[in-house]
Amino acid sequence: MNGAQAMVKCLELEGVEMVFGYPGVAICPFYDSILDSEIRTILIRTEQNAAHAASGLARVTGKVGVCAVTSGPGATNLITGIATAFADSIPLVCITGQVNSELIGSDVFQEADITGAAESFVKYSYLVKRAEEIPRIFKEAFHIASTGRKGPVLIDVPIDVQNAPIRKFSYPESVNLRTYKPTVKGHAVQIKKVMAELERAKRPVICAGGGVLLSGAQQMLREFSHKYQVPVVSTMMGIGAMQTEDDLYFGMVGNNGAPCANRAMNDADMVIMVGARVADRAVNQPEIITRDKVLVHMDVDPAEIGKNAGPTIPLVGDAANIFASLMETEIACDHSLWLQTLYAYRQQMQEKRSPNPAFVDPARFIQKLSGRMEHDAIYVADVGQNQIWSCKNCIVRDGKFLTSGGMGTMGYSIPAAMGAKLGLPDRQVVAVCGDGSFQMSMMELATMRQHNVPVKIVVIANRYLGMVREYQKNTYNSRYSVVDLSGSPDLSKIAEAYGMRFLRLQDPDREDEAIEEFLRGDDSVLMECVIDPMDVVK
Amino acid sequence: MQKKTFQLLVDNTSGVLSRISGLFSRRGYNIESITAGVTADPRFTRITIVASGDNEILDQIEKQVAKLVDVRDIRELDPQESVFRELALIKVKATAADRQGIIAVANVFRANIIDVGAENLIIELTGSQSKIEAFLRLLDGYEILELARTGIAGLCRGVEKVVYIED
Repeated sequence: MNGAQAMVKCLELEGVEMVFGYPGVAICPFYDSILDSEIRTILIRTEQNAAHAASGLARVTGKVGVCAVTSGPGATNLITGIATAFADSIPLVCITGQVNSELIGSDVFQEADITGAAESFVKYSYLVKRAEEIPRIFKEAFHIASTGRKGPVLIDVPIDVQNAPIRKFSYPESVNLRTYKPTVKGHAVQIKKVMAELERAKRPVICAGGGVLLSGAQQMLREFSHKYQVPVVSTMMGIGAMQTEDDLYFGMVGNNGAPCANRAMNDADMVIMVGARVADRAVNQPEIITRDKVLVHMDVDPAEIGKNAGPTIPLVGDAANIFASLMETEIACDHSLWLQTLYAYRQQMQEKRSPNPAFVDPARFIQKLSGRMEHDAIYVADVGQNQIWSCKNCIVRDGKFLTSGGMGTMGYSIPAAMGAKLGLPDRQVVAVCGDGSFQMSMMELATMRQHNVPVKIVVIANRYLGMVREYQKNTYNSRYSVVDLSGSPDLSKIAEAYGMRFLRLQDPDREDEAIEEFLRGDDSVLMECVIDPMDVVK
Repeated sequence: MQKKTFQLLVDNTSGVLSRISGLFSRRGYNIESITAGVTADPRFTRITIVASGDNEILDQIEKQVAKLVDVRDIRELDPQESVFRELALIKVKATAADRQGIIAVANVFRANIIDVGAENLIIELTGSQSKIEAFLRLLDGYEILELARTGIAGLCRGVEKVVYIED
């Protein structure tokens, strides 16, 4: 057995079913060995998307996503994908080939110091020095990626290490990391304090972040919220933690959030942040959630607690674990008055849009589309105006809502949707992007075709980089600079070229039939949805 | 602005120092000094970091460093309960006329003259930062050609807070 065979064996033992990647000389031993394995390989069309696809798969299956690319440009192309996963705490193991160990540092062909370059975007990284280390390193990498605050782990393997013989392969049963022991279980004293405060609180609200989904705590959150009648708002990454149609759910907070969700946060006397970073886009004035309020901050990463807002009660642990402990306490609480107030806000604070009747209204379209998707469908939103319309209007029931929240990486939706569909082939998977983000990832239509991955894609087309244009409208007095997307291809021809069904929708009266047509069957469809070029989010 | 001295015990892996210093630079934390050296157990390295910032920043530094996979332990060294030392090597221009004066100052500070040249001396001084600074002030009248300081190394007194290495 050689190093490359050991790498493949490790992936098999970790239960990896699929590897996304792009070969090159430095990773060829690995791609040669994987031919002898049951593991499916997916040739993506640019390395960044290998990480996005692995991220999509990880987010719907709860497993670690795996991608493998070559050294030099292959590795550097992967960085944006790694950084995107890091910002959203998505568990990945990213394998890069590296030049011969003896040549490292001499700037040979396709050499890049990838462990150095990716250092600030990975949870941990390894440069493998000896083939014997492979089993231990892979075991550790999967453990680190998938425990505590999840995240990408990079393994850089020089080609000579892949080719080196291993005398005896033995995969460790457990990891022995002296320095890495994440806290999962909430502290009993803090748990008691939270429940005591909740009993006292008149106007509590839970703000659910991506951590709820990462911990698989959706059901626990929903039970908790209903048991104690606590209203819930979410961050962008927390969308879908509650069913969006749940009466106790009041929408996304933040700059681009629902007014009633922000109002709920402002008026609350107790805010319970769960698995959320209190980041700038969600809470742009952290003092609002600390002043005159009891702030409970639960997170598996102790460094997030107190980073942006000083909590009254810090609580380190995994969301599912903590909710289970919290619910062991019976308290008497009645928040019906508070809920009545919030229901009234929800009624009064509906955002009024004035759509141009000559075009599709993206807000209404997304409501209809997501409302008619299967109950457990996966909705993947891209970045830009389309993302905000999706966040505000997407109906999520038992499925998932995926998007690049922390990094805001354009082009995320198509590869991530592809990964999600490959992870859960029986689910309906819809990617919704803009015409800018579509063109950042449209090369993956070939991947979808080659590997028969039926993803449904909506392009919200306005021939502009709409989000930037809207910003320039408001901030630069409508001086539009470098946001015109003229020159974009005829999408019907793109669809034809890649063998996809194509639909074009501009007339709002045809919306219903177009959506029905779009969702029919389990095949790849490209729908161009033409909106008013000057439409704005706010 | 406050100053704190942190003592870290980390896995002695390649790149561990760059991971720690990289964390400081990318998060914009102020580092006043950093020293590192292997411990009695060669699998571990002891690092002493002096950092400055307001309370929230110092708190974040402790948490972010603790989060690094290679870091086994980080704790603040309480100035009341710890000892700190720094080593300085000072090359001073010393003509025959200056030499005795410099040696006299060095003797008062229990510094060692470790190299003598025709026109210079190299002095080695170990002590607290304030001692080294006081010594440098006394050398003010002379020309310091080169100065190398190690930064602070520190240990906590007693046996209560020792981090034992178990497997």
